[in-house]
This record gives sequence, C-alpha cells and structure tokens, in this order.
Amino acid sequence: MSLLSACLDRLARLGRFLWSAWAGLAGLALIGALWQAGHEAYGDFILTAPLDTLAAAARLMHEGRAQELLALTTARALAGFGLCALIGTLFGVAAGYSPATLRLSRPILTLLLGVPPIAWIVLAMIWFGPSDLTVAVTILISATPVVFVGAVEGVVTRDRGLDDMAQVFGAGPLRRFLFVSARQISAQLFPALILALGSAFKVAIMAELLANAGGIGGALARARAMLDIAEALAWVSLAVAALIAVEYILIRPVRAELERWREAAAPWGVKR
Amino acid sequence: MSLLELNRIGHAFFGRTVLEGITLGVARQEIVALVGPSGSGKSTLAHIAAGLVEPREGRIARHYLRHAMVFQEPRLMPWATAAGNIGFPLRLSRAPRRMRRRVIADAALRAGLLPEDLGKYPSELSGGMRQRAAIARALVTDPDFIYFDEPFTALDVALKRRMQDLVIEAAASARFAALFITHDLLEAIRISHRILVLDAGGRGIAGERLPPGSPGTRDEAAIFALRQHYLTADPLFAHIHDIDERLRP
Repeated sequence: MSLLSACLDRLARLGRFLWSAWAGLAGLALIGALWQAGHEAYGDFILTAPLDTLAAAARLMHEGRAQELLALTTARALAGFGLCALIGTLFGVAAGYSPATLRLSRPILTLLLGVPPIAWIVLAMIWFGPSDLTVAVTILISATPVVFVGAVEGVVTRDRGLDDMAQVFGAGPLRRFLFVSARQISAQLFPALILALGSAFKVAIMAELLANAGGIGGALARARAMLDIAEALAWVSLAVAALIAVEYILIRPVRAELERWREAAAPWGVKR
Repeated sequence: MSLLELNRIGHAFFGRTVLEGITLGVARQEIVALVGPSGSGKSTLAHIAAGLVEPREGRIARHYLRHAMVFQEPRLMPWATAAGNIGFPLRLSRAPRRMRRRVIADAALRAGLLPEDLGKYPSELSGGMRQRAAIARALVTDPDFIYFDEPFTALDVALKRRMQDLVIEAAASARFAALFITHDLLEAIRISHRILVLDAGGRGIAGERLPPGSPGTRDEAAIFALRQHYLTADPLFAHIHDIDERLRP
C-alpha cells in the first residue's frame, strides 16, 4: 500500500518535472532565435545557422567517432568530478567541524583559487604528459575548492538545536552526524556539486585542447585549425548536451529525492 | 526515592557565573515547575539536568530509565514528515519497523494530531501543530521523565491552555515525572505538584510552594486567585518579573 503510494508520488513528481521542461524549451528557443539573427547579420563564415549546426552535430554522431570522443571526455570529466567531490566533501566536513583546520585551510584556498586553471594545465602537462591524469588533476585542483566551501558552509550553518534534540533522545556523535547533520550539509553541498560538475566539463575540454590529449578538446583544436566554424559549434553543442545529460541523470534525481520537503513547503502554484 | 537529584550544581558561561549551588529533587510521577525571572539560568539548568550541558560543578543522579525533552522551539527536522519526526526516538532506539507505525499513531493521537497530519512536513503545519508533534515525539518512547523547557512561550493564550491540559492528561495517564521550566506563574500553578523558585541571580533555589490540590483538579478561579496572592503578598515571587535582558547569555 505505502509502496504503491510512494511510486505514485514519484510518478506525479516526474510528470510535473517533465511538464516544466516547456519553460526550458522556451528559453532554448529564445537562444536559437538570437543565434539565427546573428547568423543572418554576419553570415555563414562567422556564425553558422543553428539548424546547420544541429545537422553537423548529427552527422558527427552518425559517423561514429564523435560518440567515442564524447565518451572519453565525459569519462575524464566524471573521474575528475568524482575525485573532487570525494576529497572536497571529506575535507570540507572535517574543516567545518574543526575551526583550527578551517583557519589553516582558508589561506590555502585563497591561494588555490588565485592560480588560474590554465597554469595548472601547463604544470600538469609537464608532470604527467598528455594523458587522462593531466585532465583529472587539473579538474581536481580547479573544482575542489567550490565543493570544499559548500561542505564547510553546510556544517557551519547547520541548526545546532537539532543536534541537541538528537542528543537528548540518545544519539551519539556518529548517529547525530548521519541522521541530523548530513541532511543539512547536503542541502548546501548540492549546488556546489552542480557547479563543480559544470566546471569539470569545461576544464576537461580546455585541458584536452591545450594538452592535445584527444577527446572533444582535441576535436575542437582540429576544427579551429581548419577554420570549420560549423564543426566547432557542433562540438560545443555536443559537449553542452553531454553535461546536461550527466547533470540530469546523475545529480538532479538524488537532489529531488533529498529535497522533497522543500517542494512541500512551496505554496501552490509556485512549484518550479 | 527521587528520579532526578541535582546536588550543588554550578555553571558559568565565559567566566560569568550563571548558576551556583542548585540542589533539587524530583520524585516519581511528580511534576515540578521551576520558575524564575528571565536570564536566571532556568533553561541552562534543564539542559544540565538532561545532559546537554556539562556543569562546572556539582553532581547529578538520574534514576529514571529514559528521558525526553520538549524544547522552546519545536525543533522538528524539516526534511522529515510529522510521522518521521515523531518516530525519530524510536529509530534511535532501534525499535522494529513494523511496531513503529502503531506507536507513532498512538503518540500522535495523545498529542492531538490526526492520522492525516502524519504525512505532512513541518513547513505544512501551523505553530501549534508543530509543538504538538514535538510533544508526541517526547511521548513516543514512553519515557518516565520529561524535561519541558518553556515549551509554550511562543504560543497564544488559548493554544497555551490547550497544550497545558494536554500535558496534564498525558502525565496522569502515562505517569511520567517532569521538570517544567517556565516563567509563567499561571502555567506553573496549573501544571505542577510543586513550584520551585530560582534565585534571581541563579544562586540556589530561593524557595518552594505547594499549590493545594493536584494538577487537573484545580478550578480556574482558584488558580487565578493563587497567582494574584503569590504576586502581591508572597515575598518569594517578588522578583519573578524582573527582567534584565542584557544579562542573558
């Protein structure tokens, strides 16, 4: 009985979510219109028409090599993202609970954020050569601070009253963390994770392009060398599509499951 | 034998002494109201007795099996439904899942929550309903001692009265003892067997009064008259409404 109602509830939420895609489509259509206007003003050589770009992207996908390159870049971005999510969360939570660690890590963070990602790519290229490791390390260094700060914020801004409540009812430190704090930390952590995932893809492509390590970045470099604007735009569209697919398959469902109560709190008609 | 004994408890926040030499006991099935002016350290004392705050000095002897607490704010977890919040102590005590649902419904009913409210999130409940859920959460493990830390301060007068009746009924049927912190004298008289007055500076218990009768049997006129008598003629309550909010920690 409760299983059935839980399934129905999820189906209803999925339906609402799919229905809300119309708003997203409207936004995309607006971008398409601007793009088309730019194409008509500047011509094919500067800005290929959106439909031609889509056709080029479809052709790339059909030729077969594009799927390989997409998979390679996505795997690299996900590996880097996974590493930075793990390390950032672990260290962020630890620093949130230990003020001394937080004070120590603040200047390190400022330093890391101050170094441009491109410098890390150069260093990683020298250290590891044009390999997966170069891309992963660059992502790790450039995206971890965001996750770290998100985790720290989650720990620091948690409601300590709930900790006291759990303690009164007999929860030890571990179960206080698992049952009460982890949920509050995740609320701050998820926006940071989404941001980190986006920058993981961007940094992966940039590192591939500069390190000549293949993948979408490599294909972009070739398109630039040939001044093939349609192919370059097609690769960009494919990369964006891959990022969106990963975000909506990997992160959004988990977040929706954890934040069901927020939707319940929203007044009727303002459900997003 | 007392269920709870505090012996010469003292505490300080950042070097400023807030409590000193507090000695009190709560007997089996006895409801003790602790009143005192704002900032006299009543809440701190309850938190010390419940083990949330480590006292700087003194001894605490707890002879009860299980305690619960109702806080000034409901302190419900916003991500869990009312049923999830009420069942939280059961989850902590690793009660079997099958049993939980019935026990939760039972505790909710005793606190005046209907079965259809159990699936709602705290943000969908009104202030009074949230505090009812907090009371149900305290009742759900059938504790023999409950701490009430000014639980009804934020509620309006009518709601407050109803909540007090709820606690009186629950105490009579579930037979728990309680330490009830409040600064509302009327509430203390209505709800308790014994009223303790905390010294305005937190230096010991200034004295105690035993309102005639037992909770639930006193009529409203007598309660009101007793309150007037305490406030106008009893020197023990002379400083009860003194407020120095700057002193609050």
